[in-house]
Amino acid sequence: MRTEVMLTILAMAVATFLTRFTSPAVLGNLRLPCWFERMLKHVPTAMLTALIAPALLLPQGTLAFTVNNHYLIAGLVAAFVAYRRQPPIATMGAGIAVMLALRSF
Amino acid sequence: MLAGMRDTVPLMFGVLPFGLAYGIFGQTVGLTPGEIISMSLLVFAGAAQFISLTMFAEGAGLLMISFTALLINLRHLLMGASLAPYMTGMSLTQKALLTFGMADETYAVTISRAQAAGYHPSYQLGSNLAGYITWFTSTVLGVYLGGKIHDPLSWGLDFAMPATFLALLIPRLQDKVSLAVCLTAAGVSVWAAVAIPGKWYIIIACLVAVLVGGLFERGESGEN
Repeated sequence: MRTEVMLTILAMAVATFLTRFTSPAVLGNLRLPCWFERMLKHVPTAMLTALIAPALLLPQGTLAFTVNNHYLIAGLVAAFVAYRRQPPIATMGAGIAVMLALRSF
Repeated sequence: MLAGMRDTVPLMFGVLPFGLAYGIFGQTVGLTPGEIISMSLLVFAGAAQFISLTMFAEGAGLLMISFTALLINLRHLLMGASLAPYMTGMSLTQKALLTFGMADETYAVTISRAQAAGYHPSYQLGSNLAGYITWFTSTVLGVYLGGKIHDPLSWGLDFAMPATFLALLIPRLQDKVSLAVCLTAAGVSVWAAVAIPGKWYIIIACLVAVLVGGLFERGESGEN
């Protein structure tokens, strides 16, 4: 292990930890206004969508709203399975199975 | 704690291929096994670690790499803010311990449970542990099997991550406000991913959608 690389990794670790720790440390003991808490309630939905949508719609970096976009098709199948209240493992299994099937044709 | 682990383990199938790929790519850019594994143990953030590999390959310095990690992980500020109301009354040490393990998956599992059935620190710890152990183990496997397996992300497993997130997202869409938040985040993130370089689209979409959610809800309660 090289010192310079390890120092860089440590700096990354500190930077990343700060992003995680700051909000609970600072906001934790303040009384948050009602409207703020109402907004925060939606963070999980917003964040998950912001991670999923570009991955499915822009797999190569450009908008691909076509039947040839395997990510989109597999995503729709997985979303349908999740919508039918199947466990996460079934959602993922169905999505990956469709993905592999589409790739092999 | 076991409940937190149990609810997180199924999602780890989506993390595994990324840990493997990270372990494999780490070596191709010239990092040693010790460096690659230390990064997974200390940083524990997939996207930032992946991007650092290309930066190490290009010879970027400490400031550049750690600042990029900070920017990529800014979404944690929002995630942490939404967990903060549940964590009041804890000591800073407890908060530090619990937030260290907050990644996309462990956060989503923990907050979904907290909103549905109440928050419990040991549930979060269990979820974090499941995530941490998976990330460490898959990194080690990637490092040591590196030469023997082909890029795991090329056989459709790169879809495992969005599939994991879909499994977490869809059950949340129970009412009009959540749907509005989801549609806004989808539209804004896709637009921003095309229009703005870097990973800014996550935090921009998140902020806009959360704002829309707050306004929408106020409108709804105003009608009643």
